[in-house]
Amino acid sequence: MSTTSSSTSQDQSRAFHARIDDALHNDQMRTNFRRALTGIMAHRAKQFPDDAQLQALRDQARAVRANSLVRQPELLEQLERKLTENGIQVHWAENPQQANSIIRGILQAAGAKTVVKGKSMVSEETELNHDLEQHGIEVIESDLGEYIIQLAEEPPSHIVAPAIHKNRRDVAELFKRFHPEIPYTEDINELTNSAREILRHRFATADAGISGVNFAVAETGTLCLVENEGNGRLSTTAPRIHIAITGIEKVVEKLADVPPLLEILTKSATGQPITTYFNMISRPRQPGELDGPEAVHLVLLDNGRSRIRVDAELLDTLRCIRCGACINHCPVYVQLGGHAYGTVYPGPIGLALEPQRIGLDKVGTLTSACTMCGACGEVCPVRIPLPKLINRLRAEAVDGHPGQAGLPGHGSLRKSTEATTWKLWRLLYSRPGLYRLFAASATRLRALTPSKLGGWTRYRSTPKPAPRSLRELAKKEGFGND
Amino acid sequence: MTDARHNILERLRANRPATTPAPATYQKPLGWDREQRIASFVERMQAVRGEVHRIGDGDWMDWVNSELPSRGLRRVLVGRGDIGETVAGRHAAELDVRRYEEPIENWKDALFHDVDVAITGVRAGLAESGSLVLWPNPDEPRLMSLVPPAHVAVLSVDTLYENFAELVQAQNWAAGMPTNALLISGPSKTADIEQTLAYGIHGPKQLITLLVG
Amino acid sequence: MKKPDSVYYFATCLVDLMYPDAGLAGMELLRREGVRVLFPQDQTCCGQPAFNSGYRDDALAVARAQLACFERDIPVVVPSGSCGGMIRTHWPELFAGQPDEAKALAIAARTYELTEFLVDVLDIRLDDLGEPVRIAIHTSCSARREMGVADRIESLVGQLGNVEVLTQERKPECCGFGGTFAVKQADISGAMVKDKTDALRATGASVVISQDCGCLMNIGGAFEKQGNGPQTQHVAEFLWERTKR
Ligand code: SF4
Repeated sequence: MSTTSSSTSQDQSRAFHARIDDALHNDQMRTNFRRALTGIMAHRAKQFPDDAQLQALRDQARAVRANSLVRQPELLEQLERKLTENGIQVHWAENPQQANSIIRGILQAAGAKTVVKGKSMVSEETELNHDLEQHGIEVIESDLGEYIIQLAEEPPSHIVAPAIHKNRRDVAELFKRFHPEIPYTEDINELTNSAREILRHRFATADAGISGVNFAVAETGTLCLVENEGNGRLSTTAPRIHIAITGIEKVVEKLADVPPLLEILTKSATGQPITTYFNMISRPRQPGELDGPEAVHLVLLDNGRSRIRVDAELLDTLRCIRCGACINHCPVYVQLGGHAYGTVYPGPIGLALEPQRIGLDKVGTLTSACTMCGACGEVCPVRIPLPKLINRLRAEAVDGHPGQAGLPGHGSLRKSTEATTWKLWRLLYSRPGLYRLFAASATRLRALTPSKLGGWTRYRSTPKPAPRSLRELAKKEGFGND
Repeated sequence: MTDARHNILERLRANRPATTPAPATYQKPLGWDREQRIASFVERMQAVRGEVHRIGDGDWMDWVNSELPSRGLRRVLVGRGDIGETVAGRHAAELDVRRYEEPIENWKDALFHDVDVAITGVRAGLAESGSLVLWPNPDEPRLMSLVPPAHVAVLSVDTLYENFAELVQAQNWAAGMPTNALLISGPSKTADIEQTLAYGIHGPKQLITLLVG
Repeated sequence: MKKPDSVYYFATCLVDLMYPDAGLAGMELLRREGVRVLFPQDQTCCGQPAFNSGYRDDALAVARAQLACFERDIPVVVPSGSCGGMIRTHWPELFAGQPDEAKALAIAARTYELTEFLVDVLDIRLDDLGEPVRIAIHTSCSARREMGVADRIESLVGQLGNVEVLTQERKPECCGFGGTFAVKQADISGAMVKDKTDALRATGASVVISQDCGCLMNIGGAFEKQGNGPQTQHVAEFLWERTKR
């Protein structure tokens, strides 16, 4: 283990704990999260009254996504061919720099100065807004939640509800600061109306629109977008250029794959049977058509995804359809909120995805923020075994067999003190004779149990061994050995 | 960026997972008759504050002529198809009807600011989710159902399908998709502030379905 | 499954050292049903602590040391959801490709969580001899999601006439134990157990029971530190105390 990697791993751990500390001391924010997530969980549950139907739908969604991952290279080529036939221009980017420069290039060539954006987590990965603004292009986030955090200059704290950490007072304050012309209000309907008025003019005048993609259908060359507000439709219809950006894993094979994915996505994400808008885009404006963008582009971003195919277990990570259900049900996320994770994707999917994408040496410590309770895996619409993946990543992070191919940062979190502790534990627990001796002494010397066991005793009393171990009692009570 | 394309595809091919069985085509037949479809459509649409009016054997233009003026929705946008013809030919005097017949660039400002309501046809309806299915075209362009604060959609009961899965198969969408296809299930809404629903954030604040037949 | 003559009892390390009375009560319940209970003296631990920390080699070595203890083709009963889950779900992963994989799989396949075994296999009938009491049940996440047997504890308690079960807010939510999580992420764990104990205390129950000693150590330890709260008890001990003659 090199010194650099050990210092990086200590740094990431220290930084993570500092963010956790901040989050746990922010009572208002924790209240906001608890309230919001309790509501979302209840809404989701109502959408699935029949468990057998839910499980069948999960099987279907899982099969659709698994199939598209197995055939991903061919499907991406088919998607590119179809889109190109349809008149949509396809671009490939290996990393954020490439993606941003492609998008910037398109905008600059068209002389575009203002951009309205629909919600896109992939653009958060590339920090697109920052890049464009540095090059003199104004970007306006048009999803209400995204608009709120853009004003606050914060990253999203949730992949579906980006401003979930804000309450109405926070929003009212932001509007007061940035739009003093609007009368102050904390009424949610009035705040929403103000946002409509502010952003409407932006849609009418923007030079280009940028959006994400929920599913890209190879069979027909169709980009599908799921939303409630209509800002996604406006961003992709009103300006003369539309640029969509998505991860390469979003491709699906057939149009017939879409209905089950759409159904389980909206029900799992926000507990709605369907969202207000489902927008399927297959072409730029055709001759004779009176609106719609004249040019449509798709940017396919890799950014670490293609190497998450080391084996079948890890590949499961890429089935994700970004519904956020795992996040909503995570008992750790509800305590911390999204910002504490420090990565684009928080919560269980973040724990599973980010260390693979970015490297265990950089963000592997995230995997410690999990009790293995399994709530995430239970709700995941595409049956990603999230706890299993997180456990696997823990093992990869501390693995002591160097040279094993695979994940970036493999073995980088192995600490000799911890490894030695487990070696001792192993010695004790794999030698029955030794263990018996230990059990006998631990119980007899219980008075000597240390009264401080690190963080445990900050919140709980010190556990003390019983006066006699069960193996002794069992013998005494006549329970035989064999 | 041809290198990026090459590199990505190479990496994907190098780590190819074992094949999984292709998924069966998803179907969810509910066995609903006409009345059950209507009931579900109306219930779902109303649950998200969509208005539905059953026109029965009557004339939907009567509804337009009597209701729109009384709601203050006087500046009406229509397309060039059958619906547009009907409205243009038979609208009440209080209604100021405009046709969408020029490219948007020529009148964007007016569309965003000087229209109260658009009236469009609908390709189909989905009973289970309470959705309108639109394939906008040169006669009824995309922004009609999006920019004006109110949208009146004329839906024939005969085109009510059970759900999206049934529709995609029955109409064989895979054979050819239009420039833009839409499912619309209610007026525009958001829950981005305290998970509290608020309507009319960017798209229409009112979505009114005239269920004809 | 037919009622077996004998079963193995795999107490797990936590029960052995910290909760022997709970362990013993489970054995008494089984014995009363006419089942011979074998307690292999060489058993130690299922390997879960190291497995959950990523130290799979060490977990494997410890798990492997258990195989010889449970060789006969009779059920293995475990008074803990998380250890039961470890054996049933994770041993197959851990032993994959190992020379003793078949042995491990065989044991995994005949492993039962205690309440699951009492209900599904023994179809136990309980006669409540205890005083009226109001309790709350905390189901261990492993019993709920890994083993899918969370409702067995409810049906056992449901047989007790003098026991009223109160339901806490957010019942399925994890208590924050998570093995080494409680040490590595002590503050998150502390926040979680605070919420859990608040919810349990708010029910007004005087006893909280669970099928997992890890959860009990966490929740009970927090009540003790906070200076007030219900008593905590393993389900086996609770059942045995109320039904023994
Ligand atoms: S991992 Fe599963 S539950 Fe989590 S966001 Fe992805 S699809 Fe949804």
